[in-house]
Amino acid sequence: MEIKKQYWKGLEELSKDPEFVKYADKEFPEYLPTNSPTGGEETEAGSTRRDFLKLMGFGMAAVTLASCEAPIRNAIPYVNKPVDVDPGVPNYYASTYMQGGDYASVVVKTREGRPIKVEGNTLSKISQGGTNAQIEASVLSLYDKERLTGPQKGGTATDWAVIDKEVTDKLAAIAGKGGQIKLVANTIMSPTTLKAIEEFKAKYGNVELVQYDTQPAYGITKANQEIYGIAAVPNYHFDKADVIVSFDADFLGTWISPIEYTKGYSKTRKLGPKKKTMSRHYHFESNLSLTGANADYRTGIKPSEQGKAVVGLFNAVAAKTGGTSISGGGEYKNLKKAAADLLKAKGKSLVVSGSNDPAVQTVVAGINDMLANYGATITLNDYSNARKGDDAQMSAFVADAKAGKVDAVIFLSSNPVYNHAKGAELAEAIKKVGLTVSTSDRKDETASLTTYIAPNNHYLESWADAEPKNGTFSLGQPTISPIFKTRQEQESLLAWSGNTTPYFEYLKDNWKARFGGGKEGLAFQSFWDKCLQDGVLETPAEPIEFNATIDVVTIDAASAASSIAKNYKGDGFELALYQKVAIGDGTQANNPWLQETPDPIAKTTWDNYVTVSLSDAKALGITEYEGKSIKVDLTVNGATHRLPVVIQPGQAKGTLGLALGYGRKNGGKVANNLGFDANPLVGTLNGAAYYNVTTGVNLTATDEAYQVARTQTHQTYMDRGNVIQEATLAAYQKDPMAGRKVPMIATWQDLEDGKVKSTTLSLWKGHEYPDHHWGLAIDMNSCTGCSACHVACVAENNIPVVGREEVIMRRDMHWMRIDRYYSSNEEELAKADGMVSRLAALDIASENPEVTFQPMMCQHCNNAGCETVCPVAATTHSTSGLNQMVYNRCIGTRYCANNCAYKVRRFNWFKYHDNTQFDMNSSMNNDLGKMVLNPDVTVRSRGVMEKCSMCVQRIQHGKLEAKKEGRRTNDGDITTACASACPSDAIVFGNMNDNDSMISQLLRIKNEEGDYGIDKQVHEERAYTVLEEVGQKPNVLYLTKIRNKENNESHA
Amino acid sequence: MQISSPIREPLIHGGKTMHDVSEDICRQVEGKPSKGWMAGFAVSLAILAIGSISVVALLWDGIGVWGLNKTVGWAWDITNFVWWVGIGHAGTLISAVLLLFRQKWRMSINRAAEAMTIFAVICALMFPGLHMGRLWLGFYWALPLPNTFGSLWVNFNSPLLWDVFAISTYFTVSLVFWYVGLIPDFATIRDRAKSKVSKAIYGGLAMGWMGGAKDWSRYESVSLILAGLATPLVLSVHTIVSMDFATSVIPGWHTTIFPPYFVAGAIFSGFAMVLTLMIVTRKLFKLEDYITIGHIELMNIVIIVTGSIVGIAYITEFFIAWYSGVPGEQYAFINRATGPYWWAYATMMTANVISPQLFWIKKIRTSIVSTFVISIIVNIGMWFERFVIVVTSLHRDYLPSSWAMFYPTKHDVGVYLFSIGFFLTAYLLFSKYFPVINMAEVKSILKSDGEKK
Repeated sequence: MEIKKQYWKGLEELSKDPEFVKYADKEFPEYLPTNSPTGGEETEAGSTRRDFLKLMGFGMAAVTLASCEAPIRNAIPYVNKPVDVDPGVPNYYASTYMQGGDYASVVVKTREGRPIKVEGNTLSKISQGGTNAQIEASVLSLYDKERLTGPQKGGTATDWAVIDKEVTDKLAAIAGKGGQIKLVANTIMSPTTLKAIEEFKAKYGNVELVQYDTQPAYGITKANQEIYGIAAVPNYHFDKADVIVSFDADFLGTWISPIEYTKGYSKTRKLGPKKKTMSRHYHFESNLSLTGANADYRTGIKPSEQGKAVVGLFNAVAAKTGGTSISGGGEYKNLKKAAADLLKAKGKSLVVSGSNDPAVQTVVAGINDMLANYGATITLNDYSNARKGDDAQMSAFVADAKAGKVDAVIFLSSNPVYNHAKGAELAEAIKKVGLTVSTSDRKDETASLTTYIAPNNHYLESWADAEPKNGTFSLGQPTISPIFKTRQEQESLLAWSGNTTPYFEYLKDNWKARFGGGKEGLAFQSFWDKCLQDGVLETPAEPIEFNATIDVVTIDAASAASSIAKNYKGDGFELALYQKVAIGDGTQANNPWLQETPDPIAKTTWDNYVTVSLSDAKALGITEYEGKSIKVDLTVNGATHRLPVVIQPGQAKGTLGLALGYGRKNGGKVANNLGFDANPLVGTLNGAAYYNVTTGVNLTATDEAYQVARTQTHQTYMDRGNVIQEATLAAYQKDPMAGRKVPMIATWQDLEDGKVKSTTLSLWKGHEYPDHHWGLAIDMNSCTGCSACHVACVAENNIPVVGREEVIMRRDMHWMRIDRYYSSNEEELAKADGMVSRLAALDIASENPEVTFQPMMCQHCNNAGCETVCPVAATTHSTSGLNQMVYNRCIGTRYCANNCAYKVRRFNWFKYHDNTQFDMNSSMNNDLGKMVLNPDVTVRSRGVMEKCSMCVQRIQHGKLEAKKEGRRTNDGDITTACASACPSDAIVFGNMNDNDSMISQLLRIKNEEGDYGIDKQVHEERAYTVLEEVGQKPNVLYLTKIRNKENNESHA
Repeated sequence: MQISSPIREPLIHGGKTMHDVSEDICRQVEGKPSKGWMAGFAVSLAILAIGSISVVALLWDGIGVWGLNKTVGWAWDITNFVWWVGIGHAGTLISAVLLLFRQKWRMSINRAAEAMTIFAVICALMFPGLHMGRLWLGFYWALPLPNTFGSLWVNFNSPLLWDVFAISTYFTVSLVFWYVGLIPDFATIRDRAKSKVSKAIYGGLAMGWMGGAKDWSRYESVSLILAGLATPLVLSVHTIVSMDFATSVIPGWHTTIFPPYFVAGAIFSGFAMVLTLMIVTRKLFKLEDYITIGHIELMNIVIIVTGSIVGIAYITEFFIAWYSGVPGEQYAFINRATGPYWWAYATMMTANVISPQLFWIKKIRTSIVSTFVISIIVNIGMWFERFVIVVTSLHRDYLPSSWAMFYPTKHDVGVYLFSIGFFLTAYLLFSKYFPVINMAEVKSILKSDGEKK
């Protein structure tokens, strides 16, 4: 037997101590007194170890949780709530938009103190409630992260006291030695700013204000000065013109005051049972402009032929009015016809030219004079202040600066180094100037060369006034306190003049002096409050003296004609520079909303490019297929530039187009290095900036592939009468149903011809809309395609910007788009035989096409294809006719988008917010940019579908307001963002259940009492729904496009 | 005992005894994987791995990694879905419909065909899942589950929801049918197993099968019932899948011919895929005696028939487009054949309509090489058929302003590869660890001349 060894833990075990034996089976000889306050007996029953582990576990979990950093969100209530600010309730302030000479009276919507939307002010006689793309987008520029956050000296931040002291000292020194001080600005139409400048001049003596424009009308002001003795742009009344002839004046898009002109023009284009006449519009131009696209007769001419065409019209008119003809006229298609129509409409016609050449403008003035348009469609007494730029003065300034004669220059929010033709020379010359100051809001091309930058406020942070026309005034008020340490430039000027009055006081005092009429105290305060609330003030135009008796025909026209004959020479390709509706001169190029707004004509985004005509493209071997094309080498005056190319129907043969406003170097992250800077190509002609290059231009194709990001790649509507319905005016006058294509369906029923209207057949039961039946009516005859609605929709509905690459992928997120269709090429069609070749021919756009614009958004179908196919019922129908999208419920199968016949649904392919991949989408990717978001509209997450909601948040707001007041909504209480922005009143929103609403009046809807079904009795013959025979019964109706031309021939 | 005509060709060649059958089939399961199998498995896993990169990218970044756009909202995703569902038709058709029609030749191919069905349906199901913008919600919101969202129900009008029901039913029935068929064979393997592990695993899979008369009786009844259930499903699944398109308003989709046309197409592509797999499997596992030229010829005949139906359907669509007088419809079909995707249409026509007609020639339909080549061509053609339907109808529909092209990205290809990788991996695992031929049933047809021996 083995001896078993024994070990003891201690003597107690060896001695078998009873105390030890008692706990011998325990792991630990004594209980662990960790958590039982009462002692051992309890512990026997409960288990200390387990409790310990529980506590331990809890502790670990608690520590882990506590170490997770919870985001701190400060929701701090107001200590003293401002009277007007209620969370969730928007406030509206009237203000004034001014950018160079572009002007609009606006109403700014603010939420919790931050401006989120700019809308038109209907009280204004000038902008009349309309806006444009740039105005709609300007609110995002307020929250541009790349604005300067404070004053800078020599490239480093400083403070205002330093700037003020140093600038004042230096100015005083310069003034002391009688040095030249220049203020360089774009058109200043603010009387109070001009007063401040006068004060500045008074202080420093040898001060000159140099104004220039990036879209100048120097030719007009110069011509008017010579003829009439006033250097101003006259007031054009497009609403009174029955015949309009425009030579390259893009008055609906970019020329002088497009909102006002569009408002006027569109009044002449409205048709209805009571008005069956409309204006006739002739257009002569090189590039297909927005205005040209709306013309009834459009003729493509080369830039070098502009003068000759104007002279040709002059002679044609002179021949019939007894005037003396002048030499050098040319014969162009439709010119004779235009002259004949003009003569028939004497005193009710208007001839305008976009030329910046005083000689051409003199001849144009002569034509208008012969047609007795002065005093009727053109008035001088209430002349416009929109363009005051003096090209000669600006050139002189650059020359002086180069010669070192300028001692100080202050750039008042102007950027001539970038946007003036002599920018490069100026950039060199600036170095010779002793004191250089810029008040630009960013370190742009000019400001980066100046010693001091005294950044100006954004207009939404500023006090301002304007006198857009003689006798019409406008006030601008800040809608947010300055976000950064910026100061408005007028205040800077005042400070440097030694006047420490805040600009607000200064402005108010100036108004008191000017309009107060002796009002003091309360009387003036109430006048002031009224002006501020309205935003506008109309006073009788101050009578001005001008010389109306000079016979322009004999005196000026002849010498102008000889100047034209001398100056206009073309050779080979001719290049016409233009501005795009959205980007303009590039001042707001850092605004991604504008960059992604498609050009209304070419439907391009994020780029500029050479536009080339169809026949030239063919000759040069340039092709384009599904948006894919090449780059070309453009040679201008010996320098070759490699640029993208777009084949542009309507481009005059032998001409090339190229947009300004691109190729910024210091515009900001979004703007920089986007496209090509064409400003250096601007030349001089007859002392004025000349936006064409007529000699020394050549174009060659390269084999470098390139794709311009376009939102629409198919150009024609393939003769689909269910999409576009159009007619000529004569046909419409004969039969209001002209151009209408009413789909008829053959049925089994024993009808006379065996066919019924497609709308009478339905698989569906329909809906009942007991309260409202919202709808949109869109007049394709008034729609100019200007894209104001488009940007308004982006701003209102928090629509993300996706960037160039994603647009190429055809993933733009726009809820509403403007479809632009060209007419098909008739010659190709004539050649076609058989269905296949006919369809192929329909695809080819005409060389000089008719253009149709069709705003397209969710059609809010009553029998919506999207609603039936969604597996989770994420898109449903409301009780007031809206097709609703429930983002929270959407699982993103995209079935609805596929089954949408109108292709208006947009899918969130990526996460567009808080995603560095989309940092160009600045309204969703930085804290400052996010301030622009509309808090009433969800920012959609990745993987959900979205689409036009007919601004349901606005509808809801209007309904709630009405409810609070215990009434039904009135017509006009509610409108959509697109309808409110439209400068041509082409979009009308309203309740189709109400026979008296504007939409019902327009569509002539007559409902039986109590008929709340989906089928409204629309009696307006021009009204149709797109794709009627598909049977979805949209709540968006279109009015046919009517062209005022003899027959339906295309322009070619 | 089955009574057969003495002059009938034996279905199984090589004079196999019952024991030979067990040996031949179980050898694959019991032995070490062959080099061929290992190589195939490595390739499959590699494809799966490459594909999973795209799946991760898709789930991480969003659907935007694919080439879809505002006009073409579905492309490879739904093409692949319909293609896989179509392939998933053959198995059930072979086992259920042919069972009901007492086509005993099916017995040596139905197991593998059913397995292929199961895996193909799983692959198909991936796409409705992966193509969702928000899969993490969609996978259960698409089901009619009671919920706390104010009792929010699914939209019973939506064909996508019908798909959910149709495919889940089909998948369940196919899976059960397949598994029931496997039980006696699992029992055989269990009984032969030497290692404890495989005994336990196959024992568990055999669910206590004893091989008694009652077991067999129940087995037969269940097979018959499931066959009866599965037969209408063969027709219904693709009918409902076709309704995704047929009930829409898009020209080229909105076509009443779709249900029969899709079913024929599905059988067509399913048989082609069965042939592809069988030809490889019989070679790899030396099953030439079980899967004979006779099988291949019969399947080729099914391919001629269904291929011709599909061809007639294509032509009918054109006729109806012309006859309807609807310009949009006419354009859709002319664009299909002559538009920018003419090459896809031409591929489809050549592969689906012309290539199966070669099987009229006996030499071709009894040649293994040509059958293999044509079966692959048919599968490519059927993929293009779905691509043509999905993409060319969408890319140019009603409003010319929205017309666009679809350009696939690497992730479109990647996710497709993922499904192929999954399918091959699963099929190879199946063929290694499960009996690829239904031993129990094949044993019943060893003697086909009816003579007692």
